[in-house]
Amino acid sequence: MAHLTDSPAGSAGMDDQQSEGQVGRQVDLRVDIGNGRAPVVLPNPLMTASGCAANGPELHRFFDVAELGAFVTKSVMREPRSGRGTPRMAETPSGMLNSIGLQGPGIAAFVEKDLAWLAERGARVLVSIAGGSATEFAEVAGTLAVSPHFSSVVGVEVNISCPNVANRGQVFACDPGASARVMTLVREALPRDTPIIAKLSPDVTDIVHVAAACLKAGATGLTMINTTLGMVIDLDRMRPQVAGVTGGLSGPAVRPIAVRAIWQVTSAMRDGRLPTAPIIGVGGVRSGRDALELIAAGATAVQVGTATFNDPLAAVRVRDELAAELGTRGYASVRDAVGAAHPR
Amino acid sequence: MSTEVVRDVVSVTGELVATRRAGAYHHLTFVAPGIAELARPGQFVALSVGGPTSAHLLRRCFSIHQVTPSGTYGGTVDVVISAVGPGTEWITALRPHDTTSIIGPLGRPFPLPVQPVPCVLVGGGYGSAPLFWLAERLRERGCRVEMVLGAATESRLFGVVDARRSADAVTVCTDDGSLGHQGWVSDVLGDVITRSGSQVVYACGPMGMLESVTTIAQERGAVAQVAVEEAMACGVGVCMTCVMPVRGADGATRMVRSCVEGPVFRGDRVRWDAFSGGLCAVPEDAVGAAGMRAH
Repeated sequence: MAHLTDSPAGSAGMDDQQSEGQVGRQVDLRVDIGNGRAPVVLPNPLMTASGCAANGPELHRFFDVAELGAFVTKSVMREPRSGRGTPRMAETPSGMLNSIGLQGPGIAAFVEKDLAWLAERGARVLVSIAGGSATEFAEVAGTLAVSPHFSSVVGVEVNISCPNVANRGQVFACDPGASARVMTLVREALPRDTPIIAKLSPDVTDIVHVAAACLKAGATGLTMINTTLGMVIDLDRMRPQVAGVTGGLSGPAVRPIAVRAIWQVTSAMRDGRLPTAPIIGVGGVRSGRDALELIAAGATAVQVGTATFNDPLAAVRVRDELAAELGTRGYASVRDAVGAAHPR
Repeated sequence: MSTEVVRDVVSVTGELVATRRAGAYHHLTFVAPGIAELARPGQFVALSVGGPTSAHLLRRCFSIHQVTPSGTYGGTVDVVISAVGPGTEWITALRPHDTTSIIGPLGRPFPLPVQPVPCVLVGGGYGSAPLFWLAERLRERGCRVEMVLGAATESRLFGVVDARRSADAVTVCTDDGSLGHQGWVSDVLGDVITRSGSQVVYACGPMGMLESVTTIAQERGAVAQVAVEEAMACGVGVCMTCVMPVRGADGATRMVRSCVEGPVFRGDRVRWDAFSGGLCAVPEDAVGAAGMRAH
């Protein structure tokens, strides 16, 4: 991660950006998603969301993927996966339901082809990994760690919203113990200062409890939220609309759930019930206003997911809109707005 | 009109300049600068629905019917739409000077033969939309072009008059016999291929028709190039919803995205055996199918 340490050292070093003398104040968009000891500074807080941007070339036809704070890749597992049959999606009010089945090339082909491509473009890559067992997560992380393009990796996002084979397919994210085991093994498989970001599911009774388990076991940050489980019935066929029967609901419809989850976990951090760690907000962000809402709830960075299907340029557009929203409200930096909606 | 031009695709605000009924369908012309210059027959455009705060986030994808690079208003793109749901109903309710976002051209075009060989073009319903433009390109290359158009009933045919201008011969089929031969395109296609000596059959329409076209073409020693209609959420290759099982040049079957690797496929490469009752299964021998069985 050499190129990242070229940024001003330490988070304190980011506090003094001056106005560039343009119309209005230039808002400093830099954010640190590091573990508190080793800063990992991104030029801006906007990222793609895993599974909503493929692995780079598709969106690079519309904008330079290196413009993003980070490019978040589609969750990769150990082996190649065909994904499920079709239909794989249904449009829902202000959102969609999807059941893709983690289609992907497997980690070996991913590092050789996809990561190499992103590294060549100078993208900062947040690699999303998945597994059917804690060991598989660790093997995927280990393969990534020894890849020649690991220097382009700014962190590993751990998608624990996938079924745990050893526990009758219950998703890891709904089981704090299973989530913690995944974080522990992934931690061991990666260099000490690589950020490990646990991506949490909102489909739990107490998200703070799962966040605590992940942070205690080695996660250095959290992404919230993954999709929430939903279902649509096709009344013409009188059958579930997607072949996988249930699917993940995403889009602006779930944004209040994301705001709530980020708020609850941030509150716990501010109360000292949880160690402080960067939160990456995701869920229904379509505009700069939406991004600012997640930031005000406590997110340091923001991912744009389903909105990319509507507008391939959404992530970079949201970045520019966010800068304008911050400027209008008198914020000199995006960091000043993180958690701004919480009581002082 | 904002334009973000990047290499081979553009994202533009399209302004509707003409809309008219065509039987059961709507034929829309948009000013969409930059698309016409890049587009080739078989490619499609992705239209957004309902404006920037719409509750319908997913784009609707339509095969390009025709393009005019430099009209009075700048380049135009024509699409033919069957209004069957809230998205297509919104788009077809647009009035002249209304706008919507258009991305295109997308997907791979119909491959054109190097030699001036005879060709048959088969359209099911409004699936015929891209074929007239294709016919012109083929005839420019010296290919003799026959067209076969089929639909349930006369109002669901598209472009019968255009076909008589675009092709050297036209056969029309309707299920109810309201126009032309009573029956399916598959009833007449074999004879048309043989009589015309066609070596390539291009087709666009429902999946069942494309499978029949592929079988008949193979039986008569012709190559089928089929443009599929799969439900797409993004049209640009990022959502992974429009996949279907297709054999590659290496013989291996993969779940490929019809938006970026299609929509045009060689018919004999498509795993028609996987489609049934509106669903498409992953063939057991597909790349990565074993990985799915693990968990």
